[in-house]
Amino acid sequence: MDLRFDLIWSYIPLLLQGTKLTIQLTVFAVAIGTVIGLFVSLLRISNFKPVSWVAKIYVDFFRGTPLLVQILLFYYGVPQLLGLDSMSRHVAGIAALGLNSGAYVAEIFRSGILSVHKGQMEAARSLGMTYAQAMRYVVLPQAFKVSIPPLGNEFIAMLKDSSLVSVISLPDLMHTGRMVVNRAYRSFETFILVALLYLIMTTTISQLVSYLERVFGKDDQSQ
Amino acid sequence: MIRVNNLTKNFGNLQVLRGISCHIAPKEVVVIIGPSGSGKSTFLRCLNQLEKATSGEIIINGVNITDPKININLVRQEVGMVFQRFNLFPHMTALENVALAPMKVRKQPRDEAEELAMSLLQRVGLADKAHQYPEKLSGGQQQRVAIARALAMRPKIMLFDEPTSALDPEMVGEVLEVIKSLAYEGMTMVVVSHEMGFAREVSDRIFFMDEGLILEEGTPNEIFSNPKNPRTKSFLSKIL
Ligand SMILES: Nc1ncnc2c1ncn2[C@@H]1O[C@H](COP(=O)(O)OP(=O)(O)OP(=O)(O)O)[C@@H](O)[C@H]1O
Ligand SMILES: [Mg+2]
Repeated sequence: MDLRFDLIWSYIPLLLQGTKLTIQLTVFAVAIGTVIGLFVSLLRISNFKPVSWVAKIYVDFFRGTPLLVQILLFYYGVPQLLGLDSMSRHVAGIAALGLNSGAYVAEIFRSGILSVHKGQMEAARSLGMTYAQAMRYVVLPQAFKVSIPPLGNEFIAMLKDSSLVSVISLPDLMHTGRMVVNRAYRSFETFILVALLYLIMTTTISQLVSYLERVFGKDDQSQ
Repeated sequence: MIRVNNLTKNFGNLQVLRGISCHIAPKEVVVIIGPSGSGKSTFLRCLNQLEKATSGEIIINGVNITDPKININLVRQEVGMVFQRFNLFPHMTALENVALAPMKVRKQPRDEAEELAMSLLQRVGLADKAHQYPEKLSGGQQQRVAIARALAMRPKIMLFDEPTSALDPEMVGEVLEVIKSLAYEGMTMVVVSHEMGFAREVSDRIFFMDEGLILEEGTPNEIFSNPKNPRTKSFLSKIL
């Protein structure tokens, strides 16, 4: 067994660049996913059936089909549908990851909202607050708090799953790793390094999440 | 002040209120008693439309609140409610709990709302707990904060749904004292309660509910000393 990390040494800047893109894709996807997820979770709990139904179809589609298929659908399928020549890889990648994340985040927020005792909404409404005010000032802050750990897991999952965008040749960490292997012919060294870089990112996120949990979880508890 | 005409409420096939009619005058204190499942909570919750009436009319200050066209949020500002399980907002301090609705609903500036909140907390004897979160308060203290929170909207009517039945016995008194003081100040109140001593002391009238109807109503003296309906008699004999 000979390990020759020296042979991939010169590719480290390239790998770091891939890392940067992976972080960017993930952050964008989760940011978009959080906004969509919040919105969809509110539709999902609507009493008006057609609305909650549409939300459910969205959630079921993105959770029930492979992310790989979704990425290809956005990169190849959507331009065809819209009659475009092509689509930016970045846009397609972020759109697929963001919409996928939105579906998972919607379910996280939905169960967060449902975990808030219904007496909270009633107390707020009995004071004359509108449904929207009661949601915003009373229910969502509590729902958000219980959602922090699963959101952290979603963030980590998204970071790992973002490696699938390498299929449309977006130069993320995964794709860059494959490029380096093709040039340096050192599979083990390269992929172990790639794995290590992912691991550093995921552990950083877990640390961050447990920090947030401590900050938000300290002053009170749901009844 | 409150007039109810032939109110019914169904949950699916279950008819929980079967035609309630009554009239409650300004400054009147009504205590509702009756066995479990008789529809007391449901009736109270209809009075601020936390439950939608199935049929019938509820007229509060001349406004028919069962009319789908009225703005129920405006009505609710006039009708405060206190719940059995307090339902304080756990992510807010006592002061923030009380100040929230004046700020968001009445659009009062924060300092004004907090000043009001402070004076109300003082009134329920909890000024020193203003900056505590609910989990740090005893049940009796939480319920008193909840009363202050409802009062912060300056309601004309207060509804209480078994305000002391989730409390340890030694805390019942402090909460009842606060409710009594409201009664003496002339607040119109409807209180569901199993505290018969309290009912006798503060109420102007008692409603006995059973199976979705007000079976008997009268002054505390009439109800406690001389109940007419056999069901009232047997209920009272069980709990007194
Ligand atoms: N949201 C609901 N859905 C279905 N049934 C309900 C609902 N709320 C109340 N009920 C039913 O309506 C009936 C009356 O309930 P309600 O809570 O008004 O009684 P109550 O007199 O307040 O009783 P308690 O003294 O136990 O509080 C009960 O049979 C109850 O199971
Ligand atoms: Mg009840």
